[in-house]
Amino acid sequence: MLRQLTISELTGRLARRECSARDALRSCLDHLAQVDGQVKAFLSHDAADALAQAEAADRDLAAGVTPAEKPLLGVPIALKDVLCHRGQPLNCSSKILGQFVSPYDATVVERLKAAGAVVFGRLNMDEFAMGSSTENSAFWTTLNPWDTSRIPGGSSGGCAASVAASECFASIGSDTGGSIRQPASLCGIVGVKPTYGLVSRYGLVAFASSLDQIGPFTKDVRDSATILQAIAGHDRRDSTSVPQPVPDYAKALTGDLRGLRIGIVKEFNIGGLDPEVDAAVKLAVKQLETLGAEIVEVSLPHSDYAAATYYIIAPAEASANLARFDGIRYCARVDGRDPAELNSRTRGAGFGAEVKRRVILGTYVLSSGYYDAFYLRAQKVRTLIRNDFLKAFEQVDAIVSPTAPTAAFKVGEKSGDPLQMYLSDIFTISCNLAGICGISVPCGFTKSPKLPIGLQVLGKPFGEETMFRVAHAYEQSTDWHRERSPLA
Amino acid sequence: MCKADFRGSDRRLHKFVWLPPPTVAEPPPDMEYEAVIGLETHVQLKTKSKMWCGCANAFGSEPNTNVCPVCLGMPGVLPVANAEAMRLTVLTGYLLNCEIPRFAKFDRKNYFYPDSAKNYQVTQYDRPSTANGSVEFEFEGQLARVRITRAHLEEDVGKNNHFDRHSGVDFNRAGVPLLEIVSEPDLRGPEHAYTYLKALTDILVRGGISDCDMEKGMVRCDVNVSVRPKGSDTLGAKIEIKNMNSFSGVRRALEYEIPRQIEAVARGEKLRQETRRWDDVAGITEPMRSKEDAHDYRYFPEPDLMPFCPTDDWLADIRAAVPELPLQRKQRLMTAFGLPAGDAQVLTDNLPLGHFFEQAAAGFKNPKAIANWVINNLAAKLSEAFAEVGDVKFAPESLRELVELVDGGKISSKIAQEVFAEMFESGAKPGEIVEKRGLAQVSDTGAIEKLADDVIAANPGPAADFRAGKVAALNFLKGQLMKLSKGKANPALAGEILEKKLKA
Ligand SMILES: [Zn+2]
Repeated sequence: MLRQLTISELTGRLARRECSARDALRSCLDHLAQVDGQVKAFLSHDAADALAQAEAADRDLAAGVTPAEKPLLGVPIALKDVLCHRGQPLNCSSKILGQFVSPYDATVVERLKAAGAVVFGRLNMDEFAMGSSTENSAFWTTLNPWDTSRIPGGSSGGCAASVAASECFASIGSDTGGSIRQPASLCGIVGVKPTYGLVSRYGLVAFASSLDQIGPFTKDVRDSATILQAIAGHDRRDSTSVPQPVPDYAKALTGDLRGLRIGIVKEFNIGGLDPEVDAAVKLAVKQLETLGAEIVEVSLPHSDYAAATYYIIAPAEASANLARFDGIRYCARVDGRDPAELNSRTRGAGFGAEVKRRVILGTYVLSSGYYDAFYLRAQKVRTLIRNDFLKAFEQVDAIVSPTAPTAAFKVGEKSGDPLQMYLSDIFTISCNLAGICGISVPCGFTKSPKLPIGLQVLGKPFGEETMFRVAHAYEQSTDWHRERSPLA
Repeated sequence: MCKADFRGSDRRLHKFVWLPPPTVAEPPPDMEYEAVIGLETHVQLKTKSKMWCGCANAFGSEPNTNVCPVCLGMPGVLPVANAEAMRLTVLTGYLLNCEIPRFAKFDRKNYFYPDSAKNYQVTQYDRPSTANGSVEFEFEGQLARVRITRAHLEEDVGKNNHFDRHSGVDFNRAGVPLLEIVSEPDLRGPEHAYTYLKALTDILVRGGISDCDMEKGMVRCDVNVSVRPKGSDTLGAKIEIKNMNSFSGVRRALEYEIPRQIEAVARGEKLRQETRRWDDVAGITEPMRSKEDAHDYRYFPEPDLMPFCPTDDWLADIRAAVPELPLQRKQRLMTAFGLPAGDAQVLTDNLPLGHFFEQAAAGFKNPKAIANWVINNLAAKLSEAFAEVGDVKFAPESLRELVELVDGGKISSKIAQEVFAEMFESGAKPGEIVEKRGLAQVSDTGAIEKLADDVIAANPGPAADFRAGKVAALNFLKGQLMKLSKGKANPALAGEILEKKLKA
């Protein structure tokens, strides 16, 4: 099946003229039409626009454009509903944006298009990326292609589900506290949170500006490396993007782990870790050792404070970032007698409960008299957390852990309890606070029902090469990534 | 969370809480009061583009034409700091004798208002780009010095327009770089504040920081004013006045507000911290909001921008570009050229004229004469011709030559006017003009004696008058002689010879 191929397999076939970009897109769109009623990953998609892009890719292929020139030529890639795609709707899975259409392309969209990708679709998510299950979407909950009674993870649940269901070859999401890695883990695919500053955030609707990063969802590690290669690098429109050259990630995929030291975290032996997840990750660590890596226990002493720190900094930044959705220049306006009333009515009607909760929380922690006790202290703890990692990385080249404490849970199982929900990001959050990079790669399944389990590999700041090397060597020595969901 | 709710409702209750009547303390009958004034001046920077995007920083365009996703606060956009605005901010710091910290950052100031595209303003809260400076200026014949707390960079907001049945916002101004210059409370009266504002904006115009056109909204000013018994060093309740849209508005607002506060305090009333609005038409200030209604701006560091750490080289380049300030210039013209204060002021206020003067007068023994030519004659010719100093056809050195011709007795000052007129017309050198038109002064005794004889003969009446003791008659005869010589006779010599002949 064309749609089930990896990107590298597809681009090989396209280069050999064994299929066309149009065929590749058709196979995705046809399948989308068949299964998305069950998965509900896509909020919308513009088939005509996608077909026009695929035809342009076919013209490029006919003209002899090589993968070296356009590494993603003809590859259908879908977008989380938080990335601006010119002329396409942008909702962030919220009601508040109404009929908003993006007036410009995000930098990542520009770069994907420059690399030849066929960019299409709006993928469901938790509203404004706040959540871990897509249950906070104002539209509907996306379902896990491995078991449609379960959530796909979040916030980029649509991204993970669409790739796991072979509705696209890859997707692009955003990760603020685990929003790429956790759903990738729960849907049995690969997801990457790059180092803060590696990928331009221009055109990503901000949730928490100092934590957000854009990254790919793919079927294997090599595909993620290919996409990151295309989207990474300095962008003068994002002052926080780092002006340094992007290394050749494909070269890092040696399959060899000899000489590498890999850390396991002393403090990650937490209660609430599912025994099957624990067992799968322990086996994966054994496998890494077999592949030649030396396993070393490292300590991240401030891990316990990560969630508390995150739930102060992220809502604080969000409270300011979301202030622009006021119904004055855009948004589904609800009128009022004066601008202030218009603003509060628009926001009252437009935002969901979780968004309101976080905006209120963020407003509170920044308010006069509370700033020092909350926001300032959280920033200090954040520095301690980052220093923990930097110290650990003096001893090891990468750190591994479970991506999520459990496999996919049932729809509704945790939605009534925000604190329980917040715990599903427990292993992923500190990576964002520290600004380092992380990847989730499949490392097994629970027995019954059969649900994917993910292994998280964390790398140093701008240590994507080593992160990919470890994830790739592990992946290639196992068959987990070859497993396809029942809806693929 | 609960605590915040209580605090909120507490604050709301405040408005309805019964307040005890102000305590009335009988003031001493002859108490003298003084005002303590500080100014917060907002100045739009003269950059080509806005602070965070490439849109034009221009006044007077059609509404919402100088806008883009960034300055409209569209979802997903990010700011990129305008390098020229950063440079002008530091240059301002140097012009105002400020310290330039090696670490500065931007913060978000959160508040909702329709003219704000993001509903937060990016500004510099606790780590501004410049701090601890001063402005010096002349006030009532003395040198005054006002300390500058800080000059920090922020972004302007849009403009609300109210129509018959609806309102609109023009975002052309949103994101224009704005410098907020905060003075210490060193000012003591309306005229003092007015003169400070003039001096400050003169410096900023001179430095190329801003055109400071108040009518175009390039300068806006908030005033903090309190009163206290003279000699006291405690500050009274700080009252902020907003909405002045001219320098004289600032002066008028203070002329109204200071007596109002003094009267209130003299009555024994206890003033409360508040913000008042200046009504320019009615000429009064009226309450806008009290301290209890003050915004909580929830400042926090702007995560979309990196901290700003200027390098040595960058700072040195800006330092080198610092121009001479008006007061410095005036003082230098007075000491280096021995000019009177009035001349020095004119040549300071009109910089091109001043430069012309300096080129002509450099190293010259009679700079005062050059100053007279420049300030009186050249300025007048220029304004008659609607021309600028750049259009002047003759070289500054020609003016020196002209003064030398007069001082050396080669031409009379009357002829010099003619020569100057032609210099201005054609750009020719004065020596050449004098030569070509035969304007050189006649100092040949024989020739003048002949003319004197003719004049005496033609004017027997005045000649007799002089002989009879009417000294003034000599001037008439001298005038006749000059006329006869077409102005070329050396007037001193002419007088001497006439007198000698009449007395003979
Ligand atoms: Zn703009």
